[in-house]
Formats: sequence, structure tokens, C-alpha cells
Amino acid sequence: MTTTTKTTPTTPDAPRGIIALPQSAARVLVALGAIGTIASTYMSWTWTAEFPGDLTYYGSPAGLQILALVAGVLTLLYALTRWNIRGLNWLNPAGATAPVSLAAASAFAVTWFTAIAIAVDLGGLANLDPGAYVAIVSSLVALLGALALPSPGDTFKAWISKPDTIPPAGRIPAWAERLVVTAATALALIVFAYGVGVDPDASETFIGYLLLVVLGTWALVTAGLADRFSALNARHKGFATSMAFLAAALFPFVENNEHNANLGVNILVVATVALGLNIVVGLTGLLDLGYVAFLGVGAYAAALVSGSEFSRFSGVQFPFWAAMLTGMAASLVFGVLIGAPTLRLRGDYLAIVTLGFGEIFRISVNNLDGSSGPNLTNGPNGISMIPDLEIFGFNFGSTHDVGSVTIGRFANYLLLMLIITAIVVLVFTRAADSRIGRSWIAIREDETAATAMGINGFRVKLIAFALGASLAGLAGTVSAHVGYSVNPAPYQFAGSVPPNSAFLLAAVVLGGMGTVGGPILGATLLYLLPEKLSFLKEYQLFAFGLALVILMRFRPEGIIANRRRQLEFHESEQPDIPEQSLPDTTVGATKAGA
Amino acid sequence: MTTTTATSPVLEASGVTMRFGGLTAVRSVDLTVNSGEIVGLIGPNGAGKTTFFNCLTGLYIPTEGKVSYKGTVLPPKPHLVTNAGIARTFQNIRLFANMTVLENVLVGRHTRTKEGLWSALLRGPGFRKAETASRERAMELLEFIGLSHKADHLARNLPYGEQRKLEIARALASDPGLLLLDEPTAGMNPQETRATEELVFAIRDQGIAVLVIEHDMRFIFNLCDRVACLVQGEKLVEGTSDVVQGDERVIAAYLGTPFEGAPGDEEVAEVEAAESGSGAQSTTSKEGSAQ
Ligand SMILES: Nc1ncnc2c1ncn2[C@@H]1O[C@H](COP(=O)(O)OP(=O)(O)O)[C@@H](O)[C@H]1O
Ligand SMILES: [Mg+2]
Repeated sequence: MTTTTKTTPTTPDAPRGIIALPQSAARVLVALGAIGTIASTYMSWTWTAEFPGDLTYYGSPAGLQILALVAGVLTLLYALTRWNIRGLNWLNPAGATAPVSLAAASAFAVTWFTAIAIAVDLGGLANLDPGAYVAIVSSLVALLGALALPSPGDTFKAWISKPDTIPPAGRIPAWAERLVVTAATALALIVFAYGVGVDPDASETFIGYLLLVVLGTWALVTAGLADRFSALNARHKGFATSMAFLAAALFPFVENNEHNANLGVNILVVATVALGLNIVVGLTGLLDLGYVAFLGVGAYAAALVSGSEFSRFSGVQFPFWAAMLTGMAASLVFGVLIGAPTLRLRGDYLAIVTLGFGEIFRISVNNLDGSSGPNLTNGPNGISMIPDLEIFGFNFGSTHDVGSVTIGRFANYLLLMLIITAIVVLVFTRAADSRIGRSWIAIREDETAATAMGINGFRVKLIAFALGASLAGLAGTVSAHVGYSVNPAPYQFAGSVPPNSAFLLAAVVLGGMGTVGGPILGATLLYLLPEKLSFLKEYQLFAFGLALVILMRFRPEGIIANRRRQLEFHESEQPDIPEQSLPDTTVGATKAGA
Repeated sequence: MTTTTATSPVLEASGVTMRFGGLTAVRSVDLTVNSGEIVGLIGPNGAGKTTFFNCLTGLYIPTEGKVSYKGTVLPPKPHLVTNAGIARTFQNIRLFANMTVLENVLVGRHTRTKEGLWSALLRGPGFRKAETASRERAMELLEFIGLSHKADHLARNLPYGEQRKLEIARALASDPGLLLLDEPTAGMNPQETRATEELVFAIRDQGIAVLVIEHDMRFIFNLCDRVACLVQGEKLVEGTSDVVQGDERVIAAYLGTPFEGAPGDEEVAEVEAAESGSGAQSTTSKEGSAQ
């Protein structure tokens, strides 16, 4: 806690960095590099506004420069933690090197990427202004300095993983803890809103944003802040959840733009459906490859009773609550109809049969047009001109003024969808932590043992299947109204536009199976990335697959790990390794295999 | 060693036969377990002991024969068998590896609790009460087997012997009238085996009848009121420990090697006996590919 530099290792065999430099010099280099990077963002980086974000001004950072500025500040802060400056210790509780080098790497990545992008986009290094040179030199200096700091270990892994022991946080009053949760949520909202707000044509800016977010978040994780924050969250669970929803509700006010609000609604729809799928796949372990059909059933049910003139029952217009229940009930019925015969199958068979049923739904809907079959769904044309919802006289189609902010159509739906998401989160968490939830997990773990413990496997699986289906149906009812129309095309197994079953499954697996946050994060990423990286459009499925392969290799439990899964996949890192109490391990091993 | 006076039958299996294609794994086996009894089931590997257990618990539907529990014929559905009051452990441990120790036992409470999805979603006072009661009972059981200090560990991280104990606790959670143990001391060291003996006695003293498969003869003959020997799917002998122990056919069935761990030799070389006991297990179990 002292402000002297004595506490940092000066012993003869202190761990050395990759680059041989005295400690003090290394620290100074990082700090100077960071300051240089910050300064450079106030200079012009290129002469023309043609490069996305317009980086031509002196005195006001824009686009990628803002990102470089943030990365520079982060690097400077972490460099200062190496001096043990009072008041900054909380940023780096373990006093680790890794966060400094990761922060420096983020600044380096953002600036060098920008410089290269400018040179490539505009054709040549001549397009770089002095500011860009200052930026690339400074960030390189900072990175080299960081690499000269004592190395956290011999392997590359040591540079990117958090220290084993993070000193516990000093106790602060509960209100202060809540303040921290609030601040962190607000920060997350700002970061998210910035990402969503990036102009879809400025893919460069979005890549820079991704570089900063990934490396910056990583720096915070290696500093131990993520652990501390999740401990805080666990202590204030209800509060943290409400803050998260409040932040999401504030999104339309922060990012007041219909296009982005539309993006937000769609993200919420797929996130909610992914969360429903998580009950089936993550908790119960049933691989359902046709799940998107239930979203379709809900959407079609709502469309049919919406009063649209293209609906078979165009005279019928249910109030929203009734339409919602109709959609849920229809999906529930389909869930039971599909589940009852298929859930007697196990593993791969179930996957294949659900895949088949998913396709059957789409093809049937395509053909129920009056010529190939009875007219119910209007065939490939679908049901369009679905009127906007009206609840208690609140018309979702028109704009409303809240204070000085005008809330548009999509923002209205975003707020409605947020309520639905909250309901689904509540259902998920409550069901998971109960007798029925435990029996789902037991079935996933070992179905034979579960039935031998008295669990009626078929019944319990059917409940999971039906619950998952009706939650998807619920989300479907809103999505029908948001999108003005429904048609069979999106409800397929795999496609380049969400929602499709493969997308939902990927969201669950990528985000983290069995968790609440995982599918929401996974769906957000998978929806947002192709949206913002327009050059990816034609390679989207490829990129998708590649991302999944990489993730499965390095973090099989998903981005947000369930406590269980984390322990399962990273056995050596867990705190409670079993003590070897068997005198003769070969006996144990033989018997274990028997 | 213990002669129980109240001898109402808990389990009655008659003419149980199990065929897998051409292979008859269990051939017309009759077995009765009375209340308050500990009955042993022995036999060389592949004799059909585990298959017989699977027939009793509904995991296999016996080709012929019937099984009744306290006078009522059991349907061949595992969850209904457990609900009726028969609980079991598995030869190859089948815990819910990625659930905590406590959660494993809570799953065992499934048949004795009612709360469904609605009550979980609505979380009324009834739900809370049932959940608290379940947790209390589960902790009680963990205390009983001596694992309460590890309630929050993942089952997969327990040492082998504790995993076996946890399986017993999970089975006991369903408040059974009959407990089936399939090789409960496999892979245990002599001390753990002794502790398991005590545990089985304690379970019997709670009024739960026990049917146990075991290869450790010292364990079996210390523990059991009656022992049945299964060879090639058929019941060869049944009787008290002394009768079965002296039976030449039993000795011959165990590959002709007289086992060294007989209780008579105990005082002479207790440790040696235990070691050769576990040594014999490891050799016999190598070819065992029980379910
Ligand atoms: N599901 C099955 N299908 C075919 N054969 C089986 C099956 N289960 C057990 N068996 C066979 O039945 C015989 C008895 O096996 P098992 O009951 O496991 O023996 P034990 O438990 O006495 O060692 C073995 O020959 C085994 O291969
Ligand atoms: Mg066996």
C-alpha cells in the first residue's frame, strides 16, 4: 500500500521480462507510450474524410481514434498500478503484469490496425498523417515496455491468464457495492451502445471496437476484476439483475435511432429464444435441431389472430395478451406433439428426428396455401400487414414522447420485448433451481442413473421440451408484430440470416450452456457481428463455423461458464482437486473401468 | 450372525430369467429378502449378478419371472420400482458427475417430493418448505455417511471411496425399504471396506433390508445373514455364511482357487488377507464388462 517503488521485485533473480530492460525503465516506457498514444488521438491521422470515421481533425478524436484513446488511457492506468499508486490498486488487485501487457496490446492492436487499414483502403503509406505515426510508434513503445516487465511465467498462457490468487477485496459498505454494480452496468451499456451505434459501413471502426473490447476485457479479467465483480453480483443478485434490465431499458434512450432499436428488438428476440433452447439443450441435454419451428408456430399463431387482412381469420383480432397465450399454447401443443414420440429416443436419434420435424414445419407452412393443401398460412407469401399492437390504448406503432426523448416504433417493441425476456429469465432461473431443474440436469448427466433414482425420464424431458417450446412461441408472438409479416423462409435449420436452428444452437453453445447470460451474450454477438461487419456477409457461415471451432478448442464451456462446466473442462484449475486416498491406484482404475 | 425374528419378505423374485439373444445371463433365479436382513449375492464375474439386479430394478425387463416388493408385483419401470421402495447403487459408479454432492442426494429425494414446474415458477410457501425439508434430509444423509463437509464439491472431484458412499447416500434419499448394493467396496482400501461394513450395518439398523453383491468374501461373510451364489446365471447354493463358505461347488466356481481371506485366518494375517482380497478383485474384474 506504500507509494514507494521498493515493493516491486528488485531481488537478483526476480522474474525477467522477454526484453531485458531494468524494471523502472520498462515502466516508464509503458507510461510514455500510453501518453503518446493518448496524445496522438488529438492529431490528424489521415488527410481525407474518405476513411470511415473521419480521422482528419486536430483536437478532437473521432471513430477509431476514440478507441485508441480509450486503449491508451487503459494502458496508462495499468502502467500506473505498477508504481503502486494509492487509489489505483483496486484496478489490479494482484499487481499482475498480464493486464498491463494486454492493455498495451489493445492500444497496439487498435492503432496498428487503423494505420494499416488507412494505408490499404486509401492506397499507400502516403495517406498517413503525422498523428498516425505518433500513434504507431507510441503504442509500439508501450507494448515493448510491457514485455520488459517481469514475465508472469514461461508459457504464452501465463501472459493471458489471471493469477491464481487474487487478494480478497476490502469490505466496503453495501450501498457502495451497489454503486459499483451500477457503475459497471452503466459502463457495459455505454460500451454496448457504442458498438451498436457504429455505422454499418464503417467495418474498420467495428473491428477496432472488437479488438479493444476483447483485449481490454481480457486485461480486466487477468487483473482479477471479473472475479471480484462476479462476487459482488452474487451478493447483490436481485439488484444486479434489475440494473441489467434497467440498462437494457435505457438503451433506446441512449441510442435514439430506429435502425438500432430494430436491431435491439431482433437481438432480444433471438436471445430470448436461445434462452428457451437453453432449457432443452443446456439443462436437459436434449439436442434439438428443429427448435426454430416453435418460434415460427408462435409467430404464425399471433399473425393469424392479429386481424391482418391476409390472415385466414382476418376478421379475428385478439387483444395482445390473448394472442400471446394463443402463440404459447400453439407452440406448447406442437412441442408435445413432436416431443411425445421423439423423446423416447436418445442422443443422435433425437437430434435427427427434431431436425426432420423442424423442416416439416417449414415445408408444411409453405404448402398450406390453398392449392397444395388447405389454405391456412398463405404459403410462401406469408401473412403480411400485421397491425401494430395496442395495449391499454398504447399504440406500439406510433411514436411517443418521454420527456425530451421521442420513442419510436421499434423502441416501443424493444421495451415490450424486454419484459418478455425478463419473464423468460425468471422462468429459466426458477425452474433450473428446483426439483424439476435438478431432474433435468440429472437426465443430462446420466439418464439411466436418473431413472433409477425415481425420475420419470420421459415425463421430465417432455416438460422441458414443452416449456422450451412455449417460451419460443411467446417470443414469436412479438416478433410477428415487430416484423410486420411472417413467412416460412426464416424458420429453417441453417441459413445466413437469423433466426434459424443452427444460429440459436450456436448462440447457446458459444455463450455458455446452462447459464442465463450465455445465450443472451451469444445471440447478441452472433447477431451483431455480421450486421456490423458487412464484408463478412458472404462468408458468414464460414466465419460462424470457424469461431465455433476456435471456441471449442480453447473454451469449450462457452464465453460465460457455468460453474459446473468450468470445473468440468478445466480440471487442473479447480480449487478442489481430489486428494489421492487410494493406496493402489491401479486397482481403482481397473475397477473404475469395470 | 444376526437372526431376525420378524421375517416378512420384502423382496420376492421368482423364476427370473434374462436372455440376451442366445445368451441366458440369468436362469430361473428365485430369491427372497426378508425385512431386517442383509443378503449377499456372490459369484464369479459374468455370473449374471448385475443383470439380476437390473431385472429387479426394472432397468431390464426379465424374459420370464416376476419380482414383487412387499407383496405387490413390480412393473418393470425403474422409476416406479424406486417409487415403490427399492433403491440401488451401480457397480460402475453412476453419479451425476457435474452436480454437487448435495444436489446428487437431492435428486435422490425425487420420489419423496412432489413440487412440479408450476410450484417452482410460483415459489409459494409450500415450495420453500419442501425445498428446505429436502435439503435438511439430504444434509442428514450426508452426515450419516460422513460427507457433509463436502456438500458443495462436485461429485466428480470426490475420491473413489467417497463416490461409492455418495451413491449409497443418494439411494438412501428415496427412503427405501430395500437397498441393492452392487460391489460397494470395489476399489476401496481395507480401512474403507471396514467403514463400509459398519455403514451397511447401520443402514440395516434403520430397518432397511440390504441385498449386496460383493467379491470381497471377508466382507460378505462378516456381514450377511444369508448368501446366495450365482454361477453362469443359475443359483448354485443359498444359505448361511457357513454353509456357502464350506460348499465345494462355490470354491470350485471361483476358478478353483480357495480364497485366503476366510474369517478363520483373520487373526493370523489380517492385512495379508485384505490385500489378497483386493488383489483378487482387480484380477477378476478385468474381464468384467458389467452394465
Ligand atoms: N445388455 C446386455 N446385452 C448382452 N449381454 C449382456 C448384457 N448385460 C449383460 N450381459 C451379459 O450377461 C452376462 C452376465 O453379466 P453381469 O450380470 O454383468 O455379470 P456379473 O455382474 O455377475 O459380473 C455376461 O456374459 C454379460 O456379457
Ligand atoms: Mg457385475
